[in-house]
Amino acid sequence: MQNPASEPSRRGSMMTDPKVRAWVFQILAIGAVLGIGWYLFHNTQANLAQRGITSGFAFLNNPAGFGILQSLIDYTEGDTYGRVFVVGLLNTLLVSVLGIFIATIVGFVVGVARLSPNWLISRLAALYIEIFRNIPPLLQIFFWYFAVLRAMPPPRDSHALGETVFLNIRGLYLPSPTPAEGFWAFIVALVIAIAGCVALARWARVRHENTGRYFPVLWASLGILVVVPALFALVAGSPFHWSVPELTGFNFRGGWVVIPELVAITLALSIYTAAFIAEIVRAGIQAVSHGQTEAARSLGLRPGHILRLVIIPQALRVIIPPLTSQYLNLVKNSSLAAAIGYPDLVSVFAGTVLNQTGQAIETIAITMSVYLAISLSISLLMNWYNKRIALVER
Amino acid sequence: MTENALKHTLGDKMMIELSGVNKWYGEFHVLKDINLSVRQGERIVLCGPSGSGKSTTIRCINRLEEHQQGRIVVDGVELTSDLKHIEAIRREVGMVFQHFNLFPHLTVLQNCTLAPMWVRNMPKKEADEVAMHYLNRVRIPEQANKYPGQLSGGQQQRVAIARALCMKPKIMLFDEPTSALDPEMVKEVLDTMIQLAESGMTMLCVTHEMGFARTVADRVIFMDKGEIIEQAPPEAFFSNPQNERTKTFLGQILNH
Ligand SMILES: Nc1ncnc2c1ncn2[C@@H]1O[C@H](COP(=O)(O)OP(=O)(O)OP(=O)(O)O)[C@@H](O)[C@H]1O
Ligand SMILES: [Mg+2]
Repeated sequence: MQNPASEPSRRGSMMTDPKVRAWVFQILAIGAVLGIGWYLFHNTQANLAQRGITSGFAFLNNPAGFGILQSLIDYTEGDTYGRVFVVGLLNTLLVSVLGIFIATIVGFVVGVARLSPNWLISRLAALYIEIFRNIPPLLQIFFWYFAVLRAMPPPRDSHALGETVFLNIRGLYLPSPTPAEGFWAFIVALVIAIAGCVALARWARVRHENTGRYFPVLWASLGILVVVPALFALVAGSPFHWSVPELTGFNFRGGWVVIPELVAITLALSIYTAAFIAEIVRAGIQAVSHGQTEAARSLGLRPGHILRLVIIPQALRVIIPPLTSQYLNLVKNSSLAAAIGYPDLVSVFAGTVLNQTGQAIETIAITMSVYLAISLSISLLMNWYNKRIALVER
Repeated sequence: MTENALKHTLGDKMMIELSGVNKWYGEFHVLKDINLSVRQGERIVLCGPSGSGKSTTIRCINRLEEHQQGRIVVDGVELTSDLKHIEAIRREVGMVFQHFNLFPHLTVLQNCTLAPMWVRNMPKKEADEVAMHYLNRVRIPEQANKYPGQLSGGQQQRVAIARALCMKPKIMLFDEPTSALDPEMVKEVLDTMIQLAESGMTMLCVTHEMGFARTVADRVIFMDKGEIIEQAPPEAFFSNPQNERTKTFLGQILNH
């Protein structure tokens, strides 16, 4: 293993067999990787020991002693570094999920608009794409944070929406619900309504197959989702108490606060990534040959059906792989949050925790593994979906 | 010259009427004052050099292209920008393309049932039965659950014919259905088309298969530079063409 040069001569005759050769090279490659890894590990161990830093993950149980701007779970300064890790991870996941959700919707809408026969709509979409795709994401984050949100008025002069939603320099204030007497009835109503919608969709599909007649499932479902919970609320009482933010002194009390850092990073990343997704969607739709549309038209299918039954299913196959890498980019770009002090995983764990503890190897290794795990999960999910819809060829 | 092997009597009803049809692509005058009537059950072969406007003509009949002047009436319905009329006409007019244009993400059976289910609101069971009936007629029922990508060119074109027939159209348009096929597959598609002709379908075929024109066509139409130059029954058309351009064209096409 240590001396690869001697391998080929020793196995000279067998090397002509491609199977043997493939195995030999694989084993050599694995050996080299392990060797380098061991060398690095050993070297670092020695260096750390010299500087008197103990390695290992015990530090995760030590108290952190610093506050965090936003946490989705209870957190106080006295909590451990381990809990800081969870808080940071959740904050990263929050930005990623919100970002992917918004970017996908905006991206699909802009991508379809880009192909609109309406000159104005398609030019506006093109303008959106060209502007946001060509400005570095960090700059866009700065723009939303410093130029827009930090320029908001102080709490006393907040922009208000119907005296329930307020926007000021400290963030976006929303009314927050707390469970009231009708809460459980509401949950039950919701479950019943959702089950009703699923049953309705199934019934409509079977009926279409059996009789050829349609049923407007979407509208009926929306109706069920509104009416059933409303009826339950009438009988069992209101499901929530709403805590409306109120100005007391110099600040607001009550309600939910969305901090400006979260708004800025989410807006910037979704708008930036949506520009790329729009191009992917446009290319995907254009990749479906015009002959497909013509064949569908000549059969008498309506434009809406052509899009849904013929174009989109084929376009998706072209769209999914590059869409996956845009999702991965968004997750990785969420680490730019550190630049405006949003407490994501990189900022609080690979930043503050690393600085306080000096456990560079451990924190970086954990952080890297987390990103790797998130990225691999997204890739696996998307690959699975892509396989499921792949075209069958000869 | 052999007699038209499939001689038959034509209905009196006019299925397609083009009168004074003109069309431009920008400055380019593609169709120049086209007049053409097709009676029920009539089989017409349209030929002419490349770029003469054959495809454009038949694509105007189901509104894949828009004409700018003149009248087109299909099965008694005039083609205007009225979507209702366009949809009504497309339901009655089937079309087969040079490159098949099957839906690659659907099985052969699903290709055939898609339009009957979503346009004619046919129950799935019935649509399946209709599809299997026509797949039998084009002699590939055993391929029903395969995807188009798994079939040969000739098989794909026969599926395309079956797909159009499943809508039970009154008129079938063919745009060079055999010119993308390997020579050994041309016959199977032509046989299918001959069989369709025997069943009394009104057919308008753009093709350079002159053997097909001889056996099947009631009338052969020659187009050049956007104009109808000459039209005649196949015997007269091939043995005694009137126009110089027709003679040149036939000379080129029959000599190789
Ligand atoms: N969308 C378009 N824009 C501009 N010109 C067009 C368009 N479609 C067709 N043409 C032109 O119109 C003319 C007639 O085209 P058409 O496809 O009808 O010819 P064709 O007789 O079917 O020829 P071929 O045998 O090659 O299929 C050609 O010169 C072609 O270049
Ligand atoms: Mg053509």
